[in-house]
Amino acid sequence: MRLSYPSSVKVVKVPCTGRVDVMLILRAFESGVDGVYIAGCMEGECHFLRGNLRARRRVEYAKVLLDEVGLGSGRLEMFNMSASQGQRFAEVAREMTERVRALGPSPARRSLVKGEPG
Amino acid sequence: MIVANRKSLEEILGMLGSCRKVLLLGCNECVTVCGSGGEREVAVLASELRLCAQKEGKEIEIREQTLERQCDYEYIDQVRSFAGDYEVILSMACGAGVQYVADTYRTKLVVPALDTTFIGVTLEQGVWSERCQGCGTCILDMTGGVCPIARCAKSLLNGPCGGSSGGKCEVDRETDCGWQLIIDRLQALGQMDRYEEIIPVKDWRSGRDGGPRRRVREDLKL
Repeated sequence: MRLSYPSSVKVVKVPCTGRVDVMLILRAFESGVDGVYIAGCMEGECHFLRGNLRARRRVEYAKVLLDEVGLGSGRLEMFNMSASQGQRFAEVAREMTERVRALGPSPARRSLVKGEPG
Repeated sequence: MIVANRKSLEEILGMLGSCRKVLLLGCNECVTVCGSGGEREVAVLASELRLCAQKEGKEIEIREQTLERQCDYEYIDQVRSFAGDYEVILSMACGAGVQYVADTYRTKLVVPALDTTFIGVTLEQGVWSERCQGCGTCILDMTGGVCPIARCAKSLLNGPCGGSSGGKCEVDRETDCGWQLIIDRLQALGQMDRYEEIIPVKDWRSGRDGGPRRRVREDLKL
């Protein structure tokens, strides 16, 4: 389809979104990312039955933690799309990139990148 | 198991104050099962604390360590060689564990990351419910295996009270009336004659009213 999506999006492959643990998300923020989104299969169509539903709950929990820390839950989101929806994948990548760009750099990144204005 | 809730990050940060070297101590027993103070929760809290420090441009050193138990000296002693390297021990154990760690390292600041709540059971994955208040004199034989002390909001020994309606407690419509549960169970057991027996006034000296309790088994001593 030769669809393009923002080059700032780094894809981390997992066998199923059910593999996504809260710590995977928090570690990503610790390493300095500005936002994380989980792209899971459509609800009700998980090959492992409930992987994407579990992921959604974990994302909701991680959002609470991000609010608590002061990074803001807006930097994290869960999206559902099927493997055949390449168009949707690119659309979500752009949508999330725009959202995170509007939020600005992660407050946790400022101290990691020396010389970057706060 | 002993069930606990994790304190808010704000409260924990308040307790840590200006300490930048933290020994974060989890417990592998009850608080692991109820998802509040085991290895995973230690990792999550450590990550939150690091993110907070990063946000403020401050340094923080956190050592994550989860002990088999924090209510036994031999496990607490396992951190002795490096406990001195840290300004504070943040314990994710129940209140008993926190106190025993504090008692073991008397000159070290030890603070709790959890609010210990109750002795309970797992109703389903992620849901826990109170079942026992450790009153020291068990009467479950008389009440169909349902504890009126823990499960009746008023801890009535002869119930129910007028606040019982449709099997629910007036304190909270989601909460079962403890005495309704007792009656239902006695009926199922064919022991309703027990319900007619008046349970005498309880001697609370076996509970908390008698002061901190202690149990000794001479034959087990080394």
